[in-house]
Amino acid sequence: MSDSLLLDTTTRIFEDLCDPRTVNAARDGKWKDTLWEALEGSGLTLAWVPEEHGGAGAGLADGFEVLAVSGRFAVPVPLAETLLAGWLLAQAGLSCPVGPMTVAPSRLRDTVTVRGDGTLAGKAAAIPFAAAANTLVVLADRDGAATVVRVDRSECTIRTSQGFRDDGRDLVELDGARPVELAPLGPGLGSDCLALMGATVRAVQIGGALEAILALATDYARERVAFERTISRFQAVQHNLARLAGETAAAVAAAGSAADTVATGTGGDDALFLEAASAKVRAGEAAGTGAAIAHQVHGAIGFTEEHVLHRFTRRLWAWRDDFGSESEWAVRLGRFVAAAGADDLWPLLASR
Amino acid sequence: MSHAIQFDQLRLPGEAEELRLEVRAFLADEIASGGFDPAASVLRGGFDRAFSRRVGARGWIGMTWPKRYGGGERSFLERYVVTEEFRVANAPTGAHFTADRQSGPVLLKYAPEHIKNDVLPRITRGECCFCIGMSEPNSGSDLFAASTRATPTAGGYLVSGTKLWTSNAHNADYMIGLFRTSPPTAENRRHGLTQFLVDLSRSGITINPVRNMAGRHEFNEVVFDDLFIPDDHVLGEVDGAWKQATSELAYERSGPERFLETFYVLPELVRVLGGDPDTRGAEGIGRLVAQLHALRRMSVSVAGMLEAGKEPVLEGSIVKDLGTVWEQELPARARDLAAFVDAAPGNRATFDELLEFATVIAPKLTIQGGTTEVLRGIIARGLGLR
Repeated sequence: MSDSLLLDTTTRIFEDLCDPRTVNAARDGKWKDTLWEALEGSGLTLAWVPEEHGGAGAGLADGFEVLAVSGRFAVPVPLAETLLAGWLLAQAGLSCPVGPMTVAPSRLRDTVTVRGDGTLAGKAAAIPFAAAANTLVVLADRDGAATVVRVDRSECTIRTSQGFRDDGRDLVELDGARPVELAPLGPGLGSDCLALMGATVRAVQIGGALEAILALATDYARERVAFERTISRFQAVQHNLARLAGETAAAVAAAGSAADTVATGTGGDDALFLEAASAKVRAGEAAGTGAAIAHQVHGAIGFTEEHVLHRFTRRLWAWRDDFGSESEWAVRLGRFVAAAGADDLWPLLASR
Repeated sequence: MSHAIQFDQLRLPGEAEELRLEVRAFLADEIASGGFDPAASVLRGGFDRAFSRRVGARGWIGMTWPKRYGGGERSFLERYVVTEEFRVANAPTGAHFTADRQSGPVLLKYAPEHIKNDVLPRITRGECCFCIGMSEPNSGSDLFAASTRATPTAGGYLVSGTKLWTSNAHNADYMIGLFRTSPPTAENRRHGLTQFLVDLSRSGITINPVRNMAGRHEFNEVVFDDLFIPDDHVLGEVDGAWKQATSELAYERSGPERFLETFYVLPELVRVLGGDPDTRGAEGIGRLVAQLHALRRMSVSVAGMLEAGKEPVLEGSIVKDLGTVWEQELPARARDLAAFVDAAPGNRATFDELLEFATVIAPKLTIQGGTTEVLRGIIARGLGLR
C-alpha cells in the first residue's frame, strides 16, 4: 500500500466519518454533509483535477488507491463520481466547479447529443447520485465529435428510482438542457473513454468492497456458534469462504492491473481495452458470486437492515451494472478477439 | 487488507519480454523443422529427450540456478516467460519440466555439494529426468499418511513399500521420494517423513504402468523391495520433511502450467466461431478471455513476489484453485459455445479432436498436485478459519 499523504488522509476521514456501523445506525443523514465537507476540504474530491483548474492534481494511481479504500468503506457519497467528473472535465480542458458532481452516461447504450442550438438531447439511465449532484458532466456527441459538457442539475429532469436503495440510480432527461460550458475531448481520447475509465473505477471499488465483505464474513464465521461450535469449523463454510477469498483476489488483481494500465498509460489502446474490459467482467462476476457467499455465511442476520453487510452487497450489485455489465464488456471483448483471430489471442494476453 | 491476501502489481520486465521473442523464434523454428508437432504433443504425449537437450542447449532449463551448477542465474520472471510460451506452443517438455520446476530447486536447497555438482548440470543440459514419489495407495491428499519405510542400515537406508500415481517414473532417471523414517508423534502427525534422492537405475525397484482413462501411460506404480539408498542421498532433515514442503508449494502451485493445460481449446474455439461471432459466442469468448487475463495477472504477481523473496503460499494456492477449475471448465464451456457451429466435414475436425481429448483429461486437473478440497483447506487456514 502506498504511504501517500492523500491515502492516509482519506482513510482517516473514512474511519472517523463513515464507519459503516455508525452510518448504518444513524437516524438522519446529517453525517453525509459532515463527510462531504471533510472530503472536499481535504481536496480529495478534486484529486483528478489539475491544479491550474482548481484541483488537487494528484496522480491517477493515488486516486485509484483512494477509490479502493472507498470501496472498503462502502462510501455513500459521490466521491468516485465527482473524481470521474473532474477527470472528464480536465480531458477537455474545462474548469471544475466545487460541490458534488456525477457523470453521464453510465449505460453503454445511452447517447446524448449536442444540438445545433447548443442545447442537449437525449437521456441517460441509472445515473448514480444524480439527485445529489450539483453538476452533471456529460460525454456527448456533437456532429460526430466526442464533447465534454458541463451542465447544472437544475437544467435536467431527474426521475429517481428505487433500485438498489442506495446512492440513487436516477434517469436523467437532458432534452433542452443548456450547458454551462462545453469543449471537445483532448487528443488521443475516444468516445469510449468514459466507459473505460468508469469501468476501471467501478472494478477498483468492487475489489475494495469484496475485501470488506470477506473480512466481515470471516470474522462472523469465527464468532457465530451453531451445533455447539463456531461455524468456521464446518468444512462447507470454510470452502465457501475460500471461494470468496479467490473471487476477491481475482477482482482485486484484475482491477489493480487495469488501474495501473490507466495510470501509467502504457501499452496503447488495445492494452487499455483488454485491461478495462477484463477487469469489469471479472470484478462484476466476483461481485455476484462474492455477495452471494457473504450472505449465505451470515444467514438471517445478514439480511437485516440493522447489519452492515447490505451496505456493501447492494453497492456491489449496483456497481457491476455501471459503465457496462459483465455481459456487455464480454461481448465487446469477444468481438475484438474474434476479429483479431485465433493466432493473435495469446500475443494479446501475453502483452500485459 | 485485513486477511493479508496480497497480489503486488507487476509487469514483466524488458529483459523477460526480449527473451519471449527469442523463445517464440526457437519454437517456430522447431515446429517448422519438424522438431516437434504441437497437436501430437497434446494428443500423444510430450516426452522427448532430444527436444529437452535442445532446450538445455539454449540455457532454458534451470535458468534461475547458480552458474556453478550449470544454471543461468536469470530471474524467476524470465523463467516464467519461458514456461508460458512453451506451454502455449504445446512443446514436449515432459523430459525436463519436473526437474526444472521442482526437483532441481529441492536439490539446490538440501543436497550435499558433490550431488549438486553431479546432478544439477545434467538437468540443465536436458539429460536428466525426474519424477516425484509422494502418493501411495493409502496416501493421496493425506500426504502424511505415507507408509513406505526407509529403515537405517550400514551406510544408508533400506526402502520397502509402494508409491502410486508416479508420473513419468518409467522415463525418469531419478525420483525425489518421501519415505517414513519414524512413526508420527502424538503431538505432530506430520513428523517422521524424510525426503530422499532415489537413483532409479538401482536394483530393488519395480515400475508397473497404470494406464489412465485417456489410454495413456503416464503414471505408474513404483514398488521398492529393500532398495538401498546411501546416507548422502538424504535431502534435508531426517523426520522433518514436513517443514520443507510449504515454501516450495508457492512455486509449484502458482505457475502458468496451472491454468494453461487445456489452453489449446481456446484458440480453436475462436477459429471455429469465426471473425464475426453472434452475441452468445462473443460473450462466451469474452468471459473466458477476461478470466484468463485475470488468472495470468495473479500468477505473474505471485512470480514477482517469489522473485522478491516473499513466500506467497496462500496466494499460490488461490491461483491453483481458480486456475485448475478454469482450465477444467474450459472444454465444457467451449463445447457449449460451439454447439451451433456448422458440422460440415473438415470444418471443426481439429477443434473436436482437441476438445474431446481435453474433456477426457479434465478430471485430473483439480486432483493432481493438490486437490481443490485440499487447496481450499489451505486457503481457509490462511484466512484464520482453522
